[in-house]
Amino acid sequence: MKTVIDRYIREEMFPHIWCPGCGNGIVLGAIIRAIDDLNWDRDKIVAVSGIGCSSRITGYVDFCTMNTVHGRALPFATGIKMANSDLKVIVIMGDGDCLAIGGNHFIHAARRNIDLTAIIINNMIYGMTGGQYSPLTPTTKFGSTAPYGNIDQSFDLCELAIAAGASYVARGTIFDPRQSTSLMKKALDKKGFSVVEIISDCPVSYGKMNKIKSPIDMLKWIKDITVSKKAWEGLSPDEKKEKYAIGEFLSKDRPDYTELYEEIIKKAQETGGNK
Amino acid sequence: MNNLKKKKNIKLLQGNEACAEGALLAGVKFFAGYPITPSTEIAENMARKLPKIGGKFIQMEDEIASMAAVIGASIAGLKSLTATSGPGMCLKQENLGFAIFNEIPCVVVNAQRGGPSTGLPTKPSQGDMMQARWGTHGDHPVIALAPSTVNEILTLTIKAFNFSEKYRTPVILLLDEVIAHMREKVEMPAPEDIEVINRKKPTVPPEEYLPFKPDEDGVPPMANFGEGYPYHITGLAHSEKGLPISDSQQIDHFIRRIHDKIQKNIKDILIYEKYLLEDADTALIAYGSVARAAERTVKLAREKGLKVGLLKLITIWPFPDEIINKLAHKVNLIIVPEMNLGQIVLEVERASQGKCRVVPYGRVDGELINPIEILGKIQEQEEIKK
Amino acid sequence: MKQKKLLEVHQNNSVKISVRREWCKSCGICIEFCPKDVLVPDDQLKPIPENIDACIKCGLCELRCPDFAITVEGVEEKDE
Ligand SMILES: Cc1ncc(C[n+]2csc(CCOP(=O)(O)OP(=O)(O)O)c2C)c(N)n1
Ligand code: SF4
Ligand code: SF4
Ligand code: SF4
Ligand SMILES: [Mg+2]
Repeated sequence: MKTVIDRYIREEMFPHIWCPGCGNGIVLGAIIRAIDDLNWDRDKIVAVSGIGCSSRITGYVDFCTMNTVHGRALPFATGIKMANSDLKVIVIMGDGDCLAIGGNHFIHAARRNIDLTAIIINNMIYGMTGGQYSPLTPTTKFGSTAPYGNIDQSFDLCELAIAAGASYVARGTIFDPRQSTSLMKKALDKKGFSVVEIISDCPVSYGKMNKIKSPIDMLKWIKDITVSKKAWEGLSPDEKKEKYAIGEFLSKDRPDYTELYEEIIKKAQETGGNK
Repeated sequence: MNNLKKKKNIKLLQGNEACAEGALLAGVKFFAGYPITPSTEIAENMARKLPKIGGKFIQMEDEIASMAAVIGASIAGLKSLTATSGPGMCLKQENLGFAIFNEIPCVVVNAQRGGPSTGLPTKPSQGDMMQARWGTHGDHPVIALAPSTVNEILTLTIKAFNFSEKYRTPVILLLDEVIAHMREKVEMPAPEDIEVINRKKPTVPPEEYLPFKPDEDGVPPMANFGEGYPYHITGLAHSEKGLPISDSQQIDHFIRRIHDKIQKNIKDILIYEKYLLEDADTALIAYGSVARAAERTVKLAREKGLKVGLLKLITIWPFPDEIINKLAHKVNLIIVPEMNLGQIVLEVERASQGKCRVVPYGRVDGELINPIEILGKIQEQEEIKK
Repeated sequence: MKQKKLLEVHQNNSVKISVRREWCKSCGICIEFCPKDVLVPDDQLKPIPENIDACIKCGLCELRCPDFAITVEGVEEKDE
């Protein structure tokens, strides 16, 4: 019998390239299950990614898919969505892809509230290039370019998305893929710019450099550093520093960019305008 | 009634405005850009005119994003345009390479200004000729056109779209500050007189579609996203199916094929004009706004009894090697005036294969080269010969 | 297209657990986090549902497998 997954993947591409225990595969599974639950017309689904281990996801699913360049997935997706607003456009990025090289595009996509769903696989490291620190590497943790510990303060991706104007913002984990799927479903269904951050693992880089020995230990670690949104609110500021809140942080309605542009088209056509 | 002569529709247009008009005539439906002198009027025109025809305009956060959005919109089925100048053109390069490698049609305008760096924002230059050829990394083909009048900006913008759709490749339109901002009379073609080319669509069912498998002309049919043909696009070396590969033979074949599709069709792509070259012993080779001055120089030289002619290059890339080689066999001297320190002159030298002397004449001070200077260069060379 | 999979199927009258061995990368996640200790590692550290009768069909092994290598299906009671 074909599983849900079998119905969506490009089987010839498997086994995939990711390392044993890498969270990218778990996130891919969660995305596929969310899409399947929504029962969308497959011909109208487009998945766009940047560059990184996580961005390889687009090669594995049989939609219209595009593995673009490092950091720029969102503007590519913006062009696609503007050109054909009937398409459901999902953008999958790594933490570095989304918030280092692509940080500017991220805040502007949120500001415009363009109807895209951004799924960010946050393994807190540059996996593909071998474990350099990213803007989401926690302070004091190690990376190949932070051999003495990271002194940078990391972004809170969700807070950034909210401040920049996104319509839906949530955070899940690979430890709880069921919750991740349900958050993704809500995000995919939301009109406007929706964001789901998934706390993930990179056992070979982050794990090794930060003395978390195995994929199993990484999952346990993810369980330890995450708390429900409600529990998070009861924590002291010091306790909060060590933890990530999990759940839905924002769901609001605001006209999305493509709708607003339809208004522009109406205006331009009605007024005839100054030539 | 049909015998009534069609009234010519003459308009006074600025170069950038003519570019926008040409794009509309060619069927542009999407523009993404970021303001920069001397290209901004193209964006402003597009912002005003695109929504009137149901098209879309978006001002992105930078030129990288603009280029990305243009590629995305093209994949989703719209003819797409972006316009910029030197600093912005630098930012577009990585995505331009992505579009070339994935054979995504689009038109990129570079209204050249003095460089390097911020340089001379309001002064003309032809300093980006080699950037147009080699700006993005890796071996790649490119089509670049250089108009020299406002009328040509209009007609070549249409051509640029047609080439991009026909050959599934980005086309660069190289303006310079002078012709971008100059106002001239333009003969507006009637829409029915314009040839508009649209990308080939697949004729096979989705299961059989290979997005990078070429037809005989070297160009693969292109399914737009959302049309029921799921496939993958990647900047990684890819198979005909669009999936990443590491097989060296397939990679070699792919990269040669995207070059070949341009070379094979070079006769269709090469546009140039010859002026008084029949009996010439000295040829000027010029392009863009400098070609205007060079044409005037030819007249002045002829008045003085000098046998000078002009080859005006319009298609810059691919380079017209053969045409220049033939010319080099006929004349004793080729002078290449250009607003840079010698970019196209090196290509002319290469194409001439030592059959005649090739002499550069360059200016990089932001001033337009004038006919008298070029004449002076011709006379100086005459002196040397004696 | 039918591809020969190294598919190992274990079944009792309530559940069917399949392991696609060529895709499994022996990460151990399914084994470690199975709430009922259904799975045990074989010599290649790939899961064998040795205690299949204890399986509660929670599906966690399938959802957490990064390689889509293990699936759990309920078996319909069929009366023939
Ligand atoms: C313009 C550019 N700069 C740098 C790189 C090299 N590079 C590839 S992936 C990557 C980082 C990936 O990190 P992340 O986005 O977190 O993805 P991950 O691999 O961790 O999933 C970098 C720096 C690149 N491909 N392009
Ligand atoms: S390097 Fe890290 S992120 Fe990349 S595939 Fe391996 S485990 Fe995953
Ligand atoms: S379904 Fe649940 S109980 Fe059964 S094997 Fe998987 S994890 Fe264990
Ligand atoms: S989780 Fe998947 S890949 Fe890991 S051991 Fe179990 S079946 Fe194999
Ligand atoms: Mg990462």
